[in-house]
Amino acid sequence: MMPLTARPRLWRLARLEFDPVRNRRVLLYPEGAMLLNDTGGEVLALCDGTRTVADIGAELGTKYHADVTVDVAAYLAQLVERELVHDAQ
Amino acid sequence: MPNEKPGVPTTLLAEITHRCPLHCPYCSNPLDLARADAELSTGEWQRVFTEARALGVLQLGLSGGEPLLRKDLESLVGHARQAGLYTTLVTSGLGLTRDRALRLRDAGIDHVQISFQDADRTTAERIAGLTSVDKKLAAAALVREIGVAFSVNVVLHRGNLDRIGEIIEMAASLGADRLELANTQYYGWASLNRDALMPTRAQLAAAEPIVDAAVARYRGRMQIIYVLPDYYSEFPKACYGGWGTVYIVIGPNGIVLPCHAATQITSLTFDTVRDHSLDWIWRESPGFRAFRGDDWMREPCRTCALKTVDFGGCRCQAFLLTGDARNADPVCSKSPNRHLIDEALAVVTDLETTIVTAPAYTYRAMPPTPTAGQRAKAAVGD
Ligand SMILES: C[S@@+](CC[C@H](N)C(=O)[O-])C[C@H]1O[C@@H](n2cnc3c(N)ncnc32)[C@H](O)[C@@H]1O
Ligand code: SF4
Ligand code: SF4
Repeated sequence: MMPLTARPRLWRLARLEFDPVRNRRVLLYPEGAMLLNDTGGEVLALCDGTRTVADIGAELGTKYHADVTVDVAAYLAQLVERELVHDAQ
Repeated sequence: MPNEKPGVPTTLLAEITHRCPLHCPYCSNPLDLARADAELSTGEWQRVFTEARALGVLQLGLSGGEPLLRKDLESLVGHARQAGLYTTLVTSGLGLTRDRALRLRDAGIDHVQISFQDADRTTAERIAGLTSVDKKLAAAALVREIGVAFSVNVVLHRGNLDRIGEIIEMAASLGADRLELANTQYYGWASLNRDALMPTRAQLAAAEPIVDAAVARYRGRMQIIYVLPDYYSEFPKACYGGWGTVYIVIGPNGIVLPCHAATQITSLTFDTVRDHSLDWIWRESPGFRAFRGDDWMREPCRTCALKTVDFGGCRCQAFLLTGDARNADPVCSKSPNRHLIDEALAVVTDLETTIVTAPAYTYRAMPPTPTAGQRAKAAVGD
């Protein structure tokens, strides 16, 4: 779990793009590309280093009428483990 | 016939020139280097990048030879970035002026990877065959200054592996975001120099804990990728996702390959973007279809459980060492040709018990040459 007070941002080397060929967002970084599903793409698009994990959970929760904060924190933890996301603080 | 439908490629390595001011004996470029007048034009490369993106390619490596020798590099980068490609410049650093660094940044380069030969200046320049360290240090400072992602690459071999700790510290002090420590793969010029480059088992054993500790120590600051040498393994390295599944290499003259070493498989022919669309080459050309899927496999691969993991290893290495690209990669302990690898290793096993002298390298050089193999053997060291 990424702490709810952390302010996730993408690795300095990574860039989020929309790929019209695969019709989904992709996270691009040196020597790699991660194909994202819709929700994964939405989470990463909000990782701007100013929003907290809680903010992102709340924002998507409102959109989907569900409590997704725990899922968001778990998803981000996986990306932190792979060094694709960092805590901006 | 091959049984698998082509997938969507992710990565294009564009070797935009074979020209290079350095002479690394480990260079993976082919012996038969393309001349300047055979290179694709600016417009041809730009068309290829557009076609690659339409095919699904996300990652573009601009490599060579030395890509900075192309005066149109900035226009190529600009075009690639506009097409939406994540663009990496793979360079020796020579030829990067402040002006060019700024223009590359403005064109939208995402990532610059600079190769260094060693942490020790004398050995580094002996391997490069050129006074080059100061220029590389200046290039690294420029990449830091323009603020794009920065990787350091060091090819490892018997002559520098003992300094792996110093090499890691050097990359950290240069401010690298990422460090690629790549044990030499024996293609092109490196295959000519295999005996001189092959590390000893003792060197590799000593390096491992140093690398492991550094990976942990630099976590979050500098990502360290350690590419193991396959000769000392029991099983081969996986061919990048399998032949013709994700990876495309295009040579200076527009020849399209499933792997940068594939021209060495002389039993295959490959097409060029001058004659065909990239889409056709990817989907239909005989060269790309040759080893898609696993219908082509022989024993021991055909009935091996690992065939979906390593795809039988490297086709190029299988051809180079056994003469038939359909054989299992001879690195595999199940291969009847494994003795070829063990014989190569025996050369260095003997070294461990004798006095190690500075090896004699055959330096990479451009034509005209009588034949590439007859290049003057330059003895190094005293
Ligand atoms: C062929 S070079 C071309 C770009 C540029 N001239 C340079 O050396 O950085 C591409 C990359 O492959 C690495 N390389 C060259 N020969 C290799 C080999 N035999 N095995 C593994 N990596 C190799 C280089 O260090 C460099 O990072
Ligand atoms: S590996 Fe060395 S010789 Fe080969 S292209 Fe790069 S700098 Fe030139
Ligand atoms: S037999 Fe073939 S598929 Fe099995 S591990 Fe060896 S090379 Fe890989």
